[in-house]
Amino acid sequence: MSSKVKITPQIVAEHGLSESEYELICERLGRTPNINELGIFSVMWSEHCSYKSSRRHLGKLLTKGERVIQGPGENAGVIDIDDGDVIIFKMESHNHPSYIEPYQGAATGVGGIMRDVFTMGARPIANLNALRFGEPDHPKTKTLVAGVVHGIGGYGNCVGVPTVGGETNFDKGYNGNILVNAMCVGHARADKVFYSAAKGVGNPIFYVGSKTGRDGIHGATMASAEFDDDSDEKRPTVQVGDPFTEKLLIEACLELMATDVIIAIQDMGAAGLTSSAIEMADKGGVGVHMNLDKVPQRERNMTPYEMMLSESQERMLMVLKPGQEHIAIEIFEKWDLDVAEVGKTTDTGRLVLTHKKKKVCDIPIAPLADDAPNLDRPFTAPAKREILAHDPMFDPVERGSSYNSVLEALLTSPDICSKRWIWEQYDRTVLSDTVDSSQSGGDAAIVRVHGTNKAVAITTDCTPRYCLADPFEGGKQAVAETWRNLTCVGAEPIAITDCLNFGNPERPEIMGQFVYAINGMNEACRALDYPVVSGNVSLYNETNGQAIPPTPAIGGVGLIKDLQKFKSITGAKEGDTLILIGASQGWIGASLFAQIILGFGRDGKPVYAPPPVDLDAEKANGDYVRRLIRDRRVNAVHDLSDGGLAIAAVEMAFANKMGFSLDAQNDLPNYAWLFGEDQGRYLIAVEKYSVNPVISTAHSKGIPAQKIGTVGGAKLIAAGGFDISLNDAHMKYENWLPDYMAS
Amino acid sequence: MKAIIHIGLKPGVLDPQGRTIARSLAHMGFDQVTAARQGKTIELDLKGDDQAAAEIQVKDMCEKLLANTVIEDYRFEIVGQD
Amino acid sequence: MKSAVIVFPASNCDRDAADALAKITGRDPLMVWHEETTLPPVDFVVIPGGFSYGDYLRSGAIAARSPIVQDIVRKAGNGLPVAGFCNGFQILTESGLLPGALMRNKGLRFVCRPQKLKIINKTSMFTKAYKDQTEITVPIAHFDGNYFADGETLNRLKKNGQIVFKYDGNPNGSVNDIAGICNEAGNVLGMMPHPERAVDPMHGGTDGIPFFKSVLESLR
Repeated sequence: MSSKVKITPQIVAEHGLSESEYELICERLGRTPNINELGIFSVMWSEHCSYKSSRRHLGKLLTKGERVIQGPGENAGVIDIDDGDVIIFKMESHNHPSYIEPYQGAATGVGGIMRDVFTMGARPIANLNALRFGEPDHPKTKTLVAGVVHGIGGYGNCVGVPTVGGETNFDKGYNGNILVNAMCVGHARADKVFYSAAKGVGNPIFYVGSKTGRDGIHGATMASAEFDDDSDEKRPTVQVGDPFTEKLLIEACLELMATDVIIAIQDMGAAGLTSSAIEMADKGGVGVHMNLDKVPQRERNMTPYEMMLSESQERMLMVLKPGQEHIAIEIFEKWDLDVAEVGKTTDTGRLVLTHKKKKVCDIPIAPLADDAPNLDRPFTAPAKREILAHDPMFDPVERGSSYNSVLEALLTSPDICSKRWIWEQYDRTVLSDTVDSSQSGGDAAIVRVHGTNKAVAITTDCTPRYCLADPFEGGKQAVAETWRNLTCVGAEPIAITDCLNFGNPERPEIMGQFVYAINGMNEACRALDYPVVSGNVSLYNETNGQAIPPTPAIGGVGLIKDLQKFKSITGAKEGDTLILIGASQGWIGASLFAQIILGFGRDGKPVYAPPPVDLDAEKANGDYVRRLIRDRRVNAVHDLSDGGLAIAAVEMAFANKMGFSLDAQNDLPNYAWLFGEDQGRYLIAVEKYSVNPVISTAHSKGIPAQKIGTVGGAKLIAAGGFDISLNDAHMKYENWLPDYMAS
Repeated sequence: MKAIIHIGLKPGVLDPQGRTIARSLAHMGFDQVTAARQGKTIELDLKGDDQAAAEIQVKDMCEKLLANTVIEDYRFEIVGQD
Repeated sequence: MKSAVIVFPASNCDRDAADALAKITGRDPLMVWHEETTLPPVDFVVIPGGFSYGDYLRSGAIAARSPIVQDIVRKAGNGLPVAGFCNGFQILTESGLLPGALMRNKGLRFVCRPQKLKIINKTSMFTKAYKDQTEITVPIAHFDGNYFADGETLNRLKKNGQIVFKYDGNPNGSVNDIAGICNEAGNVLGMMPHPERAVDPMHGGTDGIPFFKSVLESLR
């Protein structure tokens, strides 16, 4: 839009600004803004950039910890992992673009999150992703799955960073709004971490990376709007990723970071040049003067508005030490990247832009951050759910079915089935430091810190079924389950990143889901000493008024100090004893068994309360399992989640290519024992001679532990339950997804 | 001038992408499609106006870089700028 | 033994190759930037895997036309040992040092998995140290690994013992299950699997170690 466009109420509304927000802008400027200035305010005050609906609630979260060097507020979180090493990580959503153009939406999601990590000086060492798709029968699901997976692989593989883990769910609630949450983990040295505060006056501001085009203008406002039936028309706003340039950018930036030339650096993400320039200046307490003629442009006749709002990918903004610019220029030219000095920091505290010798923007920077709306949206408490009591009619045999059929139904359900079709498309081993990945079926990926004997354990988790039933318990559970996953591989859980996906916050019931989920997360973070160091909020995931289930996706990172002492789901031996750590009450409310077999929570049938998380028990049980691993008392470990004990035992059997036999028990109805989803539980395979010490030590600490079966044979047997061939079950588990994608 | 170059797999070479395209079209009801081949189009902006010289240059470019003559064929046309 | 690893824009596996060479030869290799016109004096060159130039136009096509590859072609013609892994194999076919071409995987998807291979040529300078072992497992990770050569070329490869590795369980549609080949003189080898990712029991297994040991021993 030309700078001379007249501002009308309609234009203000189209920019997503309310009347009162517009009046505040006029007040701060002492005049009406021009179109460029309006565009800048609109993106900075959009939900995506200002977090206006979520900020006050996010402020409650625990963000500090012994190993936390940098919490939320920078491009990514930074944690200490000893020896002068740090891990820098974050998760981010790219939901709306992925629905419209799945390949590029997912690809640019991966690109964007990687930039957030390497802009702080970390070499990306692992990517993960949490994906939520609609039900398999929905006409768009297959195309979306194929496109998203293709895009994640296409970008991640080309950049040369292994994609080592993640999770994928299918649920009708995502029919109109899929979720693509991308996580990146990077490694840096503690004395070489870079921040975004542009301190100092008169310092040169440099632009580096791809040229700016007309991509994605107003992507930030798209992320803040719901879809309706015209959404397909929004296709031009989705950007095309260039992983080749991203790889060059990573190498060039890391090379420059090894020198002393950079004062501040930030990647250009949502709201591109606008948000990076403003955030860097605001944090540094300086002003910025940019000459837009110097911005490398891909298209002809780009206007200031377009240049400031473009979301062209693979671009960074940096403030350099004066006199050292030639060092940066030489490095970027070697890597064939566009580099240009586009401005200088000033002492005016204002954002001043010139274009073709005219001043086209002159606004104070402080109000963009300080006056960004901080809404106190009304919310209602989520519905209280009843507990689903046991009923003899829930037993498969009573229903005219069998335990074998039930087990098969769960194994071939989209949430549980093998995701090999997905992760075989990701390079999991480039950089040669992947000790364990999705390949084993284990609970957390393990990536060695290059050149050392230690590793990071990484996982993503969330159970949207639980969150829909009870956002507070669901939020708590998501955090606790990642903590459990890290514990399963013997890691010390350190911190989390979160990607909070919800519907329209203007609806009090959705806002209530958000607030309660955060409260639940917070309780878990505090009890487990497991803070949030970075994160992202994605709201308005609704179509025609139908919201997604509340989905607070959590990415957890832990430290394995000694790679001689980690464990995994593999390593069980024929004849090992299976021990269950943790208490079992046979909780079936909101379980997969209840949903898939009994039909609860579907088609209008009631939703029941999800399994509660006892944080004290989680901590005690997990600390004990971690100690057993450290003392080399276990051969294999797996935590219990979807599908309960039966599925955990079967997954361990598949991973080890060995059957099992579960003993009879009389404390609970068999279906509740096998498929109940009580939390805080671990399945461990131990040598016979370790059984008594492991159990008695557990009991002495007040930790429930019992022998429940034996590893071995070619069958999966549960006394009074199922009796099925390992190979048959494995084949069905492996075939569901590839058969579905090929159909 | 513009050079518009079409590059495709040689006839004897298996083209799984082409095959997939043909099948997908058939599934959608376009039953007149009996086969499909997928290739690529490269457009070059060229200086000057000597068409004959351009043709020699473009052929050289195809042979040396744009087509892998082990498995690909190419054809091209030179058109004047509008 | 002095070795070199060539680095192109977006070669991702150069570090892996360098680490494997350092580990097995006891000496850090030289990292040679693609813009060099002359290869420094070395005994063995590795063209690493990755996505040089983003695989744009065709995998390995642009890298194959770089100045350093022109020099490698000359020196390989005089007997310099060269090994190309994955994208390196693609670059070797594009440069003409090896016959045939690598095309899109038949399944039209990227494939990453541990792959069983059969050693077909046990006497080459790249496989001697495998001794009696004829089956190995090495990671693969590629989108364009489908090896193609016409009938006449295939006959020649078979006759001259130029087929070095075959897939046991073909992951990409390669003709005759070919996973790796060498030139007629036997000093240039290209393979789609990544032996440099199989030199560590913690990662990828150790079936890649004898590959590098073979080269080391052949050059003693």
